[in-house]
Amino acid sequence: MKFIVFILSVILSGPAMAQQPAPSGIPDTLEQRVKPCTICHGDEDRAGRDAYYPRIAGKPAGYLFNQLRNFRDGKRYYQAMAILLENLSDEYLLEIAQYFASLKYPYPEPAVNTLSSAEIQSMETLIHSGDPGRDIPACSACHGKALMGVKPYIPSLLGLPHAYVAAQFGGWRNGGIMRGQTPDCMSEIAKKLSQEEVNALAMWLPAQPVTGESAEMEVLSPELVQRCQTIFSREGFPQ
Amino acid sequence: MKQLNESGFVPIKQQITVLLSSLVLPLSVMAASPANKADTEQIQRGEYLARAGNCMGCHTTRGGKPYAGGRQLNTPFGLFTAPNITPDNETGIGSWNGEDFWQALHYGKGKDGSYLYPVFPYTEYTKITRQDADAIFAYLRSLSPVAQTNPPHKITSPYDNQFLLFLWRTWYFKEGVYEPDHSRSEDWNRGNYLVQGLGHCNACHTPRNVWGASKEDKLAGGEIMGTYWYAPSLISPKEAGVGDWSTDEIVRLLSTGVSAHAVTSGPMATIVRQSLQYLSDDDLRAVAVYLQSLGEKRSDAIPGKIPPMPERVRRYLALGETVYEKRCQDCHGKSGEGVPGVYPSLAGNRSVTMISPLNTVRSVLYGGFPPATAGNPRPYGMPSFQHIIRDQEIAWVVSYIRNAWGNFGSLVSPEDVDSSRGNEF
Ligand code: HEC
Ligand code: HEC
Ligand code: HEC
Ligand code: HEC
Ligand code: HEC
Repeated sequence: MKFIVFILSVILSGPAMAQQPAPSGIPDTLEQRVKPCTICHGDEDRAGRDAYYPRIAGKPAGYLFNQLRNFRDGKRYYQAMAILLENLSDEYLLEIAQYFASLKYPYPEPAVNTLSSAEIQSMETLIHSGDPGRDIPACSACHGKALMGVKPYIPSLLGLPHAYVAAQFGGWRNGGIMRGQTPDCMSEIAKKLSQEEVNALAMWLPAQPVTGESAEMEVLSPELVQRCQTIFSREGFPQ
Repeated sequence: MKQLNESGFVPIKQQITVLLSSLVLPLSVMAASPANKADTEQIQRGEYLARAGNCMGCHTTRGGKPYAGGRQLNTPFGLFTAPNITPDNETGIGSWNGEDFWQALHYGKGKDGSYLYPVFPYTEYTKITRQDADAIFAYLRSLSPVAQTNPPHKITSPYDNQFLLFLWRTWYFKEGVYEPDHSRSEDWNRGNYLVQGLGHCNACHTPRNVWGASKEDKLAGGEIMGTYWYAPSLISPKEAGVGDWSTDEIVRLLSTGVSAHAVTSGPMATIVRQSLQYLSDDDLRAVAVYLQSLGEKRSDAIPGKIPPMPERVRRYLALGETVYEKRCQDCHGKSGEGVPGVYPSLAGNRSVTMISPLNTVRSVLYGGFPPATAGNPRPYGMPSFQHIIRDQEIAWVVSYIRNAWGNFGSLVSPEDVDSSRGNEF
């Protein structure tokens, strides 16, 4: 926590927050409205790779919308966001999700890879082929060949901070309130992985350069679509 | 909406007919026969009244099934769980009849005759008319039953004692339907009924004694038990009394969550989102008329002269000014003037200057958005500063805004900031 505080105070005292003259007219934009969010989910990779704040710019809108509802409705827990979102409507959250989805921020440089070549090898197998023995599909079968996500519900796996990835798997695996209180296709897969695999994934993913585009739903096999029904069939996202 | 406006005060004869029809209603609903027009109207009226009483607010967990209960309410007397009030036979109130429901709402008694805890604000709901209670019951009966068992209350000893609760009731609970005051206007009476009864504004806006009972001064403001928020006085012009406000502005604040001079935050924003925004214009006006009559007028005597500040205090405030210029001025303006309807002004803002700095400190610690409502669907937000600046800096800046631009309030210390932490999330 101290570290995050430190990072934030450095960032916020830097040029990014340099004061403009007091505006006579406040812009009637979403950018202005969601200022409280961009303090943490900033326009650069503000918090740096090691910090905990995930990137949300450019993620698929349906995914962001679902997460915002989850935070507001107590199905995913982060206090600062729960308080901010408490009194916002579905309609507004959808608009906020679409706004962040439309942003194109530069990605951070990949982290240095510290895995052994054997570990890298097994990660690449897991990511691109999965493990049929344990009924684990390839990560890329759902997250897209480039791992850049599949619109509108599956997020990119690249450009996320290490601590964040590790925490998400922790949440799914413990079934706690952080994430994964209600089981879904992703939490099921997370539960099947070993702790060593999770540790390696949290090293491997942030070390990948971010290239490529997110894919469209057509790339998903009907079997995988079926598997993720609880996520894909949530109401409220316009198709 | 005229009908709604009058619903509180219906001649006896009419009440009896309604009473009779409500006795047969549960049957017709259960038989799922196409409810006749009177039933449909009663159910709709019940839905509206349930909104005005914000039954859903407590009887629904965050993201849970409406009215299926499970929300936990933290009080100094223990952790209470709101029960399931959908018409499920096993886990809800499916086996209740209209009389059982009336016993709960009006007398605060459970179906088995035990006393209910006043976290359920029956101390105010007792003012609700039988006709309105029946309509709410008809509406609840019309919902799909949800089978959901909720955890039991965790009541701190000795408050788990029914005999104590009995004593408490004899001291503090006065049962009785609202009696209109015929020397006042119809609007005033309707407003009184909504504020003191169904709307249970007292549940938060009244000081509590050590027994959790409201003290004599109704609506005189109080720290809400278990939530770390201060609900300001609706009487004092130094807090949230609206004696000098126009009806339009009161209606705007309560229905949209923001107005030219004020903004709702925290639990009040939640009340606006869940309940007040759905009230009819007539009812909101009635509430406004009643609140105006409660509010004491600002005394026209010379505004209290601000005493000269010692050098030490000025230095403390100057530190706050630096923080303000860097972190706050962009939104709240160079002179704390704000932007009407977008960013609240801090100059002359009673929420900032009132004696308790609790809400102001909390706004800075946690930030927030006013509620998204039909009248203000895309609110602008205030960042949380808990991760960004130290308690000392928050103390400086809060002290500064309480004393800049003609404001006058006590200074705030880092210890005050720390003791304002905590919430239900
Ligand atoms: C104090 C910092 C902070 C603020 C302010 C904040 N967030 Fe977050 N946000 C986080 C953190 C930390 C997480 C990861 C939480 C977790 O572990 O699940 C997160 C997660 C998210 C996610 C999910 C990301 C993903 O890939 O799954 C979304 C979407 C999001 N935030 C949107 C918002 C929006 C919109 C706002 C403004 C209303 C906001 N956040 C305000 C820190 C913040
Ligand atoms: C069956 C389809 C499927 C497979 C296979 C799959 N995922 Fe996912 N994954 C999802 C879905 C759907 C989500 C979004 C979950 C949500 O909405 O909360 C997700 C979310 C994630 C997230 C959260 C990203 C963020 O921004 O918070 C991570 C990390 C992740 N998956 C990693 C993986 C890894 C690593 C693998 C391979 C071991 C994998 N996934 C395999 C469907 C899948
Ligand atoms: C401030 C929160 C709150 C509000 C608002 C509220 N309730 Fe409750 N209600 C409770 C709690 C807590 C209990 C449990 C009391 C107890 O067990 O002693 C309860 C109990 C009840 C019961 C008794 C149920 C049982 O199983 O014994 C009924 C019926 C009920 N409420 C109906 C309503 C209706 C109708 C409204 C709106 C007009 C309403 N409540 C508004 C918190 C609330
Ligand atoms: C759940 C507790 C709660 C209930 C119930 C509640 N209030 Fe409030 N109210 C608050 C709190 C806390 C504040 C202070 C925060 C704020 O300024 O918005 C407040 C502030 C206010 C304000 C001043 C707003 C401003 O900023 O000037 C008014 C007016 C008000 N309430 C009216 C009402 C009325 C009328 C009712 C009943 C219909 C009511 N409240 C019910 C908690 C509550
Ligand atoms: C990005 C714009 C923005 C910034 C920066 C900002 N605020 Fe706010 N502020 C708001 C909004 C919007 C609200 C209304 C929030 C609500 O209703 O919950 C608000 C509310 C408040 C309130 C409560 C006012 C009331 O009437 O209840 C106080 C006090 C406050 N801000 C002080 C500050 C201070 C001190 C700072 C700097 C440390 C600051 N604000 C920075 C936008 C901002």
